[in-house]
Amino acid sequence: MKKVVIDAERCKGCELCVKYCPKQCLDIADSTNSKGYLPAFLAREDDCISCGICGRMCPDSAIEVFKP
Amino acid sequence: MSERKLFKGNEAVAEAAVRAGCRYFFGYPITPQNEIPEYMSRRLPEVGGCFLQAESEVAAINMVYGAASAGARVMTSSSSPGISLKQEGISYIAGSLLSPLIVNMVRGGPGLGDIQPAQSDYFQATKGGGHGDYRLIVFAPASIQEMVDLIYISFETGEKYRMPVMILADGVLGQMMESVEFPAMKEPKDPKSSAYGVTGAQGRPARVVKAFDLDPELMYNLNEKLADTWKKAEESEVRVEEYLMDDAEFALVAYGTSSRICRSVVDKARSEGVKLGLIRPITVWPFPKKAIGKAAGKVRGFLTVEMSLGQMVEDVRLAVDGKKPVYLHAVPGGLIPKRDEVLAQVKSIIQGKGV
Amino acid sequence: MQDVYRTSNSLTKNTMHYCPGCAHGIIHKLVAESIDELGIREKTIGVAPVGCAVLAYNYFNIDCVVAAHGRAPAMATGIKRVHPDRIVFTYQGDGDLASIGAAEIVHAAMRGEKITVIFVNNAIYGMTGGQMAPTTLVGQKTTTSPYGRQVEHCGSPIRIAEMLSTIPGAYSVSRVTVTTPANLMKAKKTIKRAFQNQIDGKGLNIVEVLSTCPTNWGRTPYESMRWVDENMVPYYPLGDFKVPEEAK
Repeated sequence: MKKVVIDAERCKGCELCVKYCPKQCLDIADSTNSKGYLPAFLAREDDCISCGICGRMCPDSAIEVFKP
Repeated sequence: MSERKLFKGNEAVAEAAVRAGCRYFFGYPITPQNEIPEYMSRRLPEVGGCFLQAESEVAAINMVYGAASAGARVMTSSSSPGISLKQEGISYIAGSLLSPLIVNMVRGGPGLGDIQPAQSDYFQATKGGGHGDYRLIVFAPASIQEMVDLIYISFETGEKYRMPVMILADGVLGQMMESVEFPAMKEPKDPKSSAYGVTGAQGRPARVVKAFDLDPELMYNLNEKLADTWKKAEESEVRVEEYLMDDAEFALVAYGTSSRICRSVVDKARSEGVKLGLIRPITVWPFPKKAIGKAAGKVRGFLTVEMSLGQMVEDVRLAVDGKKPVYLHAVPGGLIPKRDEVLAQVKSIIQGKGV
Repeated sequence: MQDVYRTSNSLTKNTMHYCPGCAHGIIHKLVAESIDELGIREKTIGVAPVGCAVLAYNYFNIDCVVAAHGRAPAMATGIKRVHPDRIVFTYQGDGDLASIGAAEIVHAAMRGEKITVIFVNNAIYGMTGGQMAPTTLVGQKTTTSPYGRQVEHCGSPIRIAEMLSTIPGAYSVSRVTVTTPANLMKAKKTIKRAFQNQIDGKGLNIVEVLSTCPTNWGRTPYESMRWVDENMVPYYPLGDFKVPEEAK
């Protein structure tokens, strides 16, 4: 399981998680979800410190965060 | 053994509601109904209920909306300008299928009007009153005893159809005193036992009480449900009194205070050999269309007597459906019809001398 | 793997209708987490407003009602008076609470109603398309203040938290925002306390949350967060305006 699990179908691509990630681990995908949004994804898992900020700042409850 | 007491109309309204199991009252002062909230402010704490004077009629009706949403038997009372302010909330309450009791002690209008008795809120009471398609079950008592008896059944009637109930009375009925016998105290229902109220989603799926849906198909369905309910209420809940109609050749139609005067018009007419009768709607919604339609087959005509410029007369004309002429005796502004003037108009019509 | 952040049980799984990046979703989560952590989901009743949050009942997994515009505190009063043992909260925007519902919130506070009020102030009418609100900042352009809000024409924005803190019946009055992780944690603590106060029989408890409207502000969600910090916070300072020592 990934440290950051993003439900791409719930994501509206607002980028708040990308902007607030203290380690710049997240990016926006190139292809849309079924609603036409470009969802966020965990691009650099190795840098992720499982701080949970992306999950908390996500307005759409699309992100859950875990610690190994 | 029955116990009769001399009671003022407004106070009788309040006591009857308490006996009917009402434990919550939210209101705002306005003449001529102030004895209702005053009585409730003393009485409800005695029976473990809650009286609250709101900051406005608008807030009061929304407190009623909240308490009804929470599953409680609740009421408010006001008079014409205050009822106008409450129409927003009444529309929401009707759309949410809730059944509080609303008492309107009608006064002369329009605008701030005066504080004298009137019947000029008939349209507002019977045709909805606020926005959207909705109806209330509207009782129009003609005595304090009848007002007490109707209030006693009002919550069950409303809850049966999930419609709000209104008592449409006026300053005469609110302010006068009559001998009245109160029914026994009903045990109030526990609001937490409500089948549709918000009580906390304990061990069950969450509930929503609302008069709102962005999906027009769902709103259509709600409207259809309302229409179906009205049909059932129209079939079962019509109340009407006929006074000396069996051999009547001409009929008065009047409700509430004006019907009391009309009774004496009928008696006086009869003593002079004029075969006059009276049809008195007790529910003005649903309206006694059948009784009036039936009478149209045998009387020469109708005269509606109203303390307004003529509102119920339109429903009477619809019920008569052009079969016989329908005339109007209109006394607006807070004045009361006079027996001899009504009788003079009846005679003039019968003798073909004009209306 | 150990959970660091998971979705609250007091939220349904429904996808929210809010625009991308709207902070309503974040604030909903703070409310739901507070309800979860206090263990009151099955005894809490929510009052949704008219405005963007009118559909809040789709997201909170609790009993809800939808009030008429501005009337949520009156409706909450009726509910709380019937069920004093239940936890009742309203969730209202600035058009709803500070404009059309100004009388209802003031008098609910005056009575000291034992309720919690989440007041989301984003300085604009969102649902109706970006009109001027009583909280719109001076000079701020909206669809009904196209030249910017002018004081001589329509007055200065209203500071609800400051005003309500002068009312004896208001038990706790705070203003928070969710523009940074640190602000968000403070907001969470404040909202949770506003519910705890009600559990303790105290009221009225109001938390004003400075929020965003990326769509009607014409800014990205992140720029909107910065705009709150740079423009709203100077006029609407954050903090506890009235919180008794016993509740701290």
